[in-house]
Amino acid sequence: MKFIIRIISIACLSLPLAHSAEPAVGSALPSLSGLLPGGTLPKTSGKVVLVDFWASWCAPCKASFVTMAKLHQKYAAKGLVIIGIGVDDEPKDYAAFVANHKVGFTLVHDAKQSAAGFFNPPTMPSSYLVDRSGKIRHIHKGFKGAKSEAEYIQEIEALLAQ
Amino acid sequence: MKRVLVCLSVCSLFLLSSCSTQLTRVKPYQRGNLANPLMAGNDPLFTAMSMHVYFSREASFGGGGVGGGGCGCN
Repeated sequence: MKFIIRIISIACLSLPLAHSAEPAVGSALPSLSGLLPGGTLPKTSGKVVLVDFWASWCAPCKASFVTMAKLHQKYAAKGLVIIGIGVDDEPKDYAAFVANHKVGFTLVHDAKQSAAGFFNPPTMPSSYLVDRSGKIRHIHKGFKGAKSEAEYIQEIEALLAQ
Repeated sequence: MKRVLVCLSVCSLFLLSSCSTQLTRVKPYQRGNLANPLMAGNDPLFTAMSMHVYFSREASFGGGGVGGGGCGCN
């Protein structure tokens, strides 16, 4: 009886842990094409990739777009690929935001929030910086203006140099 | 008695663990509706309308201020 109770209690307590399979620093970037069916994604093999989760209702996301556009302009030719994943529920909100924010990098709509569900970004915005081998090296939680921009530049330059 | 206690503890473990995993938690990327400015409750038009209704209806008691005669025209 004691054994059965132990088994049941361990099973019950381990249930919440079964959900913690989200990407972390050191893990490989999952296939985005599988998570974003229908989205047109650029080639990422051998490139430094910045995957950014944003939403039209998120003010820091809007602020981060200026920095993302700068990073794209400066480093795209050197091998940086930025993929902005919009997680809006409403396609019209996503479309309006994209129309108002012309950026050079790729934007895709995660209409069913499947990519967001898989990555489980801890805040909005959240971004994942991936090295040339496809491994997640840095996770940025939120956007803190010039401080975040400086961090992005430092990390991207280090990864591009590898 | 012991058996009842054991049964109760097993049941409570089941229920509590189910609660912890099945609670609806709003993820950061799902907060589009919560981030809507209307959810803040400080919509100026709504506040102005509410105040107008309040001081019109409660004008005999002074409405939102100290004066007033109940005509609801101020």
